[in-house]
Amino acid sequence: MSIDTVTAGRVAKLARIKVEEADLPALAQEFTNILGFIEQLNEVDVEGVEPMTSVTPQRLYRRSDAVTDGNQQEAVLANAPDAREGFFAVPMVVE
Amino acid sequence: MSDLMKLTLAGARDALRAGETTAVELTEASLAAVAASKPLNAFVHDTSELARSQAKAADARIQEGDAPDMCGLPIGMKDLFCTKGIVTQAASAILGGFKPQYESTVSQKLFDAGAVMVGKLNMDEFAMGSSNETSVYGNAVNPWKVDGRDLTPGGSSGGSAAAVAAETCLAATGTDTGGSIRQPAAFTGITGIKPTYGRCSRWGIVAFASSLDQAGPITKDVRDAAIMLEAMCGFDAKDSTSMNLPVPNFEAALTGDIRGKTIGIPKEYRVDGMPDALETLWSEGRQMLRDAGAIVKDISLPHTKYALPAYYVIAPAEASSNLARYDGVRFGHRAKLEAGDGITEMYEKTRAEGFGAEVQRRVMVGTYVLSAGFYDAYYNRARRVRALIKKDFDDVFAAGVDAILTPSTPSAAFGLGEMANADPVQMYLFDVFTVTVNLAGLPGISVPAGLDSQGLPLGLQLIGRPWEEGDLLNTAFALENALGFNAKPNQWWL
Repeated sequence: MSIDTVTAGRVAKLARIKVEEADLPALAQEFTNILGFIEQLNEVDVEGVEPMTSVTPQRLYRRSDAVTDGNQQEAVLANAPDAREGFFAVPMVVE
Repeated sequence: MSDLMKLTLAGARDALRAGETTAVELTEASLAAVAASKPLNAFVHDTSELARSQAKAADARIQEGDAPDMCGLPIGMKDLFCTKGIVTQAASAILGGFKPQYESTVSQKLFDAGAVMVGKLNMDEFAMGSSNETSVYGNAVNPWKVDGRDLTPGGSSGGSAAAVAAETCLAATGTDTGGSIRQPAAFTGITGIKPTYGRCSRWGIVAFASSLDQAGPITKDVRDAAIMLEAMCGFDAKDSTSMNLPVPNFEAALTGDIRGKTIGIPKEYRVDGMPDALETLWSEGRQMLRDAGAIVKDISLPHTKYALPAYYVIAPAEASSNLARYDGVRFGHRAKLEAGDGITEMYEKTRAEGFGAEVQRRVMVGTYVLSAGFYDAYYNRARRVRALIKKDFDDVFAAGVDAILTPSTPSAAFGLGEMANADPVQMYLFDVFTVTVNLAGLPGISVPAGLDSQGLPLGLQLIGRPWEEGDLLNTAFALENALGFNAKPNQWWL
């Protein structure tokens, strides 16, 4: 499948990565090459095969529903680019 | 350089216990070797202060007679492991200056066992790459060199492999999502094992593709791999995919006796353009295992050729989801915003500035294959093919095969920069022999086998049954004994 620049731009938007207009044709070409490689998968007969959800046949480990951690506001905020008054700060979201 | 750095983990452990050296001496020797290895660009964060205090504590423990195997041994830590209070960037600009407030389970286990961390190691950004060239720190360099060309140490654990092969530390941690322990070990003439999925806790390891990621050691030989792996693995309630199984004494499994074991040789692992030297080493390996009393037989793993395309759907899909957390809000880099920029612009600019080209490419491919209308055609199909790849292995193990012998990589290390203009898919092909093992969740080990026509190391891979790392290590030990590989690089960087 060939990926056009409109699709490449849409994927970049979905991935929340800014791509300059001028870079979209090259990106679209890379997607086309990679997806072309991936399309070999269409040769495989997968009729009746369940998609793998876990490589190890085990039930996910479950623990009792209890608080095991918490009260670590300082540690949680320690690496934030902008933290104020105990919160993460971001540009205004709602007018 | 001090002869202490020529020791293996086992040799240094025994020397410490015999009182022939101290953890402080070993650590100083390692730190000196690290400082002298700058041209290799293997170490990217200095932890010498911590190393010196860990070494003192280790010596005290050894004096008291309470010393686990790893106690006092200087190791390097891949930059993917979160280390409390020490910069951890996964070789990415987006995690610039990130200091975790917690310790990864694997690094904690190693520290609990007394290991000394002499530095954090270079790698491909977010472990995405096969040459260490996607690192924000610049590439690490292979200690092996021919004709004055700088070669890749492989990836993604390229810094780990370069550091151990150059004997700057006794061993190092690595992680392996599609071959990132085994391929660099092969490219640098040393040993690396990826255990069964679920053996090592993934907690605190920066996530790439969670259904494939596993930690493991990169070491000088098989005995060291057994010692260090044992210290790294074990059940952890903080990783829901961690398996609640006892950890065997792997070193005790190394008897070298493989009589009666069945070794499978998969016909699908013979690829076009494979160098003659590799073909020869592979057949010599077969003969050596036969001479050691194993039964060697041809097997078929029919879906092998679809492993790479399945991997390049599943790994980017999981990466696009895992890397969504890098949004400039909670940690790491945030782009400088212009007047009028809202939160969407903040995300988009932050991620464009913070992620390198290969990471951006994979996140976007992952986004595409998970997007509405393509999820079934790509992602679900890839997961079905993955089930078939696993079944290929299940079938041969059910037929009595104990381990599978293959080459580790399709060639020796290539030159840095040589793949710069190649299609990304060309780079992906270096993982052709290793990626199946991650898709099937199996243990795999690369052992150095010999040199190619240029004098560069080549590795052979053994793939084992799930949870039978002890048996796999023993087969690798028998192969290592027969191969007798002991070549080392010239220390051109000194």
